[in-house]
Amino acid sequence: MNDRIIFDDVSKFYGEVLGVNRVSLSLPPGITSLVGPNGSGKTTLMNLLTGLVQPTRGSISVLGMTTMDATEFFRAVGYCTQFDSFPKGVTGWDFVFDGLTLHGIGYEEATQLTKESLERVNLGEAAMRKVAGYSKGMRQKIRLAQAIAHRPRVLVLDEPLNGLDPMARAESLALFEELGRQGMHVLISSHILEEVDRISDRIVLMTGGYVVAEGNIHEVRQEVHEKPMQVLVRCDKPEMLASKMFAMNHCVEAKLHKDGGGVFVRTRDLDEFYRLLNEIAAEGEVKIDVVAPADDDANAIYQYLIGSDGGLS
Amino acid sequence: MRERLEEAKKWAARQPYRLWWVQLRAVVRLEAKRNVLAWRSLWIYFLGFIPVVIIGLHTIVDPAKASGMGEDTMVLAGIFQLYYIRLGIFFGCLGIFSRLIRGEMVERSLHYYLLAPVRREILLLGKFIAGCITALMIFESAVFLSFTLIYAHYGAAGQAFVMDGPGLGQLEAYMGITALACLGYGSIFMLLSMLFKNPTPAAMIFMGWEFINPILPSLLQKISIASYLRHLMPVSMPMHGVLALLTVVTEPVRPWAATMGVLVLTAVVVGISCYRMRKLEIRYTTE
Repeated sequence: MNDRIIFDDVSKFYGEVLGVNRVSLSLPPGITSLVGPNGSGKTTLMNLLTGLVQPTRGSISVLGMTTMDATEFFRAVGYCTQFDSFPKGVTGWDFVFDGLTLHGIGYEEATQLTKESLERVNLGEAAMRKVAGYSKGMRQKIRLAQAIAHRPRVLVLDEPLNGLDPMARAESLALFEELGRQGMHVLISSHILEEVDRISDRIVLMTGGYVVAEGNIHEVRQEVHEKPMQVLVRCDKPEMLASKMFAMNHCVEAKLHKDGGGVFVRTRDLDEFYRLLNEIAAEGEVKIDVVAPADDDANAIYQYLIGSDGGLS
Repeated sequence: MRERLEEAKKWAARQPYRLWWVQLRAVVRLEAKRNVLAWRSLWIYFLGFIPVVIIGLHTIVDPAKASGMGEDTMVLAGIFQLYYIRLGIFFGCLGIFSRLIRGEMVERSLHYYLLAPVRREILLLGKFIAGCITALMIFESAVFLSFTLIYAHYGAAGQAFVMDGPGLGQLEAYMGITALACLGYGSIFMLLSMLFKNPTPAAMIFMGWEFINPILPSLLQKISIASYLRHLMPVSMPMHGVLALLTVVTEPVRPWAATMGVLVLTAVVVGISCYRMRKLEIRYTTE
């Protein structure tokens, strides 16, 4: 059985406005982060995946299914949208429970699943209150509870960390990680790059409706050949190391760490850099403690490819 | 041909009818809960029951005279034909049925249904049935109360008119026509709400269409709810001037044919709505 989410040359135009263009992706199980600035097409891609909008061109399949067979498809897929609206007068409990009754699930099982999902998002106590009185973070959580209540195999989360306090964010991320570890597809769009970077198995970078890079963080970084890469070297004589490195052609920048215990080196040739560093270490003049890529994360890649800072929004 | 028939039979046998039935009931229950006792339905209750209040006042203020029963029968026929069919049920159904899909798009909550494992046709049918339940509850009870108040006013004479005379038949006809009007107008307003962001102007054009329908060619008259209902009215009303248009019967139609006419028209319109629902996209930003 096909275990992938597949976008095959998918385009979506809203009249003359481009939503996404010629997107081809094949996503295996695990956590995938969609990263890009506002209007880059992340939500359109998620709406296409779940059939809320239809592609102008191309096709989409999820675990071998399409939205044409809604019954099978939506048993396997849960979508937590970023639309912050709810049916009028509904309580948190009703919101989750009513959704489960539409699956054809009986009263007792629906009750059990509702309890379980509300506990997973820590909303058990507020469940009987009307959603209209919830804080933004609670509304985010109740949408998440509804999306996971029927135990889907694919979970699509559009900006799921918006409005959450730091504690709730950490809890949500832990939940996504756990679901990813269980072999689920978890597709997350977020501007909070530092956090999705940490939990993502792969990222899809989007801008202007196009996918500009795709893969795990390291692979995507490797695709950006023309951009110098920054490495942090912690050592006992950072000034000396900086001067030795800066003498090489491939090193374009060397900057001391603010604590004085290391140096950031920006290089065009990572292999040559490591060879030289090994030589310096072998000479014994400089005692090297730690070597770590300083920009092998989503934020740096985001800056390179999209030109935005990718910070919190 | 035979192979296709066999394939169709196999396809039909594979369908999860039991699940669809369970889901249909769930949608109807949810929608009825949201619509029947909602504050936003208050104006529709007002539309339905204002004649009841007026008739109630009439029975208190005017002493009953047996000779006035014939006149009151005509008054009731007038209220039913000119108010309930042309205004009350028309606008009530516009309010109830245009809210089912378009209202949820405006409130940005329709996507919750579309993300559930329910065929969109089942969803639409469930919503339509829930709308019918709401409309029937309001207008059937209003028409029943109006009829009861009018004849209860006459005591034993009124009771004799209902039980031994033509009264009961008239009540049955009014109730039946009310149900058909709710189904017919409901289906049309549900479709209009899926075709237009604001269905009210289209509904006004449809109202004009219904008004001039008697003077249209016979074929076009069939695309109308009021033209079928006109043939089912239990009491003929003499009208003068422009109002006479509303009661013109251009060619005689048997009651069963008129009933089937409304039901077929409703089925066709609901079928078109199902097709629209299948193609519906969620673009709240353009609402």
